[in-house]
Amino acid sequence: MATAIIVEAAVDRAALFEFLLRMGDNALILGHRLSEWCGHAPALEEDIALANTALDLIGQTQLWLGLAGEVEGRGRSADDLAYLRDAREFRNLLLTERPNGDYGKTMMRQFLFDAWHYVVLKALRASSDARIAEIAEKASKEVSYHLERSRDLVIRLGDGTAESQARMQEALDDLWPYTGEMFVSETSDEPLGAAGMAPEPQSLKAEWDALVAEALSEATLKKPADGHMHKGGKRGIHTEHLGYILAELQFLQRAYPGATW
Amino acid sequence: MYAQMVKTDAARVKSLDDMAPEERAFQERIDAGQKIEPKEWMPEGYRKTLVRQISQHAHSEIVGQLPEGNWITRAPTLERKAILLAKVQDEAGHGLYLYCAAETLGISRDEMYEQLHSGKAKYSSIFNYPTLSWADIGAIGWLVDGAAIMNQVPLQRCSYGPYARAMVRICKEESFHQRQGFDILAKMVKGTPAQRAMVQDALDRWWWPSLMMFGPSDDASIHSAQSMVWKIKQNSNDELRQKFVDQTVPQAEYLGLTVPDPDLKWNEKKGGYDFGEPDWKEFFEVIAGNGLCNAERLGARRKAWDDGAWFRDGLTVHAEKASARRAAKTAAAE
Repeated sequence: MATAIIVEAAVDRAALFEFLLRMGDNALILGHRLSEWCGHAPALEEDIALANTALDLIGQTQLWLGLAGEVEGRGRSADDLAYLRDAREFRNLLLTERPNGDYGKTMMRQFLFDAWHYVVLKALRASSDARIAEIAEKASKEVSYHLERSRDLVIRLGDGTAESQARMQEALDDLWPYTGEMFVSETSDEPLGAAGMAPEPQSLKAEWDALVAEALSEATLKKPADGHMHKGGKRGIHTEHLGYILAELQFLQRAYPGATW
Repeated sequence: MYAQMVKTDAARVKSLDDMAPEERAFQERIDAGQKIEPKEWMPEGYRKTLVRQISQHAHSEIVGQLPEGNWITRAPTLERKAILLAKVQDEAGHGLYLYCAAETLGISRDEMYEQLHSGKAKYSSIFNYPTLSWADIGAIGWLVDGAAIMNQVPLQRCSYGPYARAMVRICKEESFHQRQGFDILAKMVKGTPAQRAMVQDALDRWWWPSLMMFGPSDDASIHSAQSMVWKIKQNSNDELRQKFVDQTVPQAEYLGLTVPDPDLKWNEKKGGYDFGEPDWKEFFEVIAGNGLCNAERLGARRKAWDDGAWFRDGLTVHAEKASARRAAKTAAAE
């Protein structure tokens, strides 16, 4: 009996570690992409707002990866996990590593992600694991604001000039095939769902669909058909972009192993 | 100092007796330490000088995002990344307050951008130097923000109300920036030999450009004299430079670094350091557009503006549509 409990706890721990890496890696990689805009945004207010969003996401990365390291129990810190894993070990959604493109594409990526982020964090606030609920509580305050902002810009640019509408439609069409992955369940999701620690990904889809459909309609944009969806990020099969993100992000830690900064 | 060599249009500094009654009353208020507010009468030269100085200051904050932004994606830890993001976000915020302060003088932000993009308006020479290592991010906080603070603390007492008030807020944030820069370096000098070498190299490259931030000696400058009478400027460039050197050299010693100036020596009599002359030829080349990064910095700002035109137009047109829809709804209801 005692052995069974230990085995079960170990399975949950591995599943939980995977889940926490996903949350942390999404925040880290999207935060990185947003920070690439620094000083190059189309208006000063946008520079400020993007830096603010990136800052929130990096803060959330510290919390999720910090907890991941704790759960893993091998003494790895949030920084170790962020800076010393290779691309195959990253668990972020492919959507977050898509290149920035023009500002419209960055905002569309942000909106599609924020809508999911908002829904998943809302569910996580009720997690049976108090540590997860606590992080979700803090992060969802920030993400409510991210969603409010990205949603508003998608609507304003969609229902703006002919050019801004065309750009937003193109961004939506390009990014849409990367949204299905948000709702794909991996084997590690089942025990977490059963234990009430984290929602089953599929369970988030209806709310996300409604949020997105409502905003796209107001934005006068056409929701693409749900055709083929790319996936792999949650299992560490990424696009070629992630390798370059990590080459940049991890440069100092890799070039000067063991140095403290 | 984010504003360098600001012109005043003055041919000479007038005495009170030379002034028309309106201008004399204005000067007497300044002499009495009163603040001038946007709607009040002011000489055209005062207004123009402030527009030049405040916009140059704002442009410096905005262009200044670029050399530091260059390392945000490569910051060595999550905490350093978050701090640097917060700092660069502050700089953009400073740009925003300053553009707003300049707008109270009857110029729009778009006009100021146009002056920046056309090369008519300047920004501080310091931002045309490259950030080549992580230690440069420390050096910018420590030296560049340190030099900026020297200039900005007295500007809190500037005669123009909106500028003085913007400075109060900016100064608080700048001292946090300077500490974070110093902290980056303090950590690195306690690290590996490679890290220590990186810090010394950063000081070697940033020391002289930082001293140049104060501008050449302005003891004989009519523009500086006029700005002082108007209380837009409070100290001479040499005074501020001396203060900066006196404050910074002991900090360099604390870090175990060598200041790259063979003429640097404590002068007991004056109670300050004697130091060498920056290479003013290099300074004027950088001001003229020939620094290593001038073309890239200005190019990046122009590109951000041009590429963003569709975005700004989209928002404007949406606002017009939304307001027309609201008007139609109100009309239908009546």
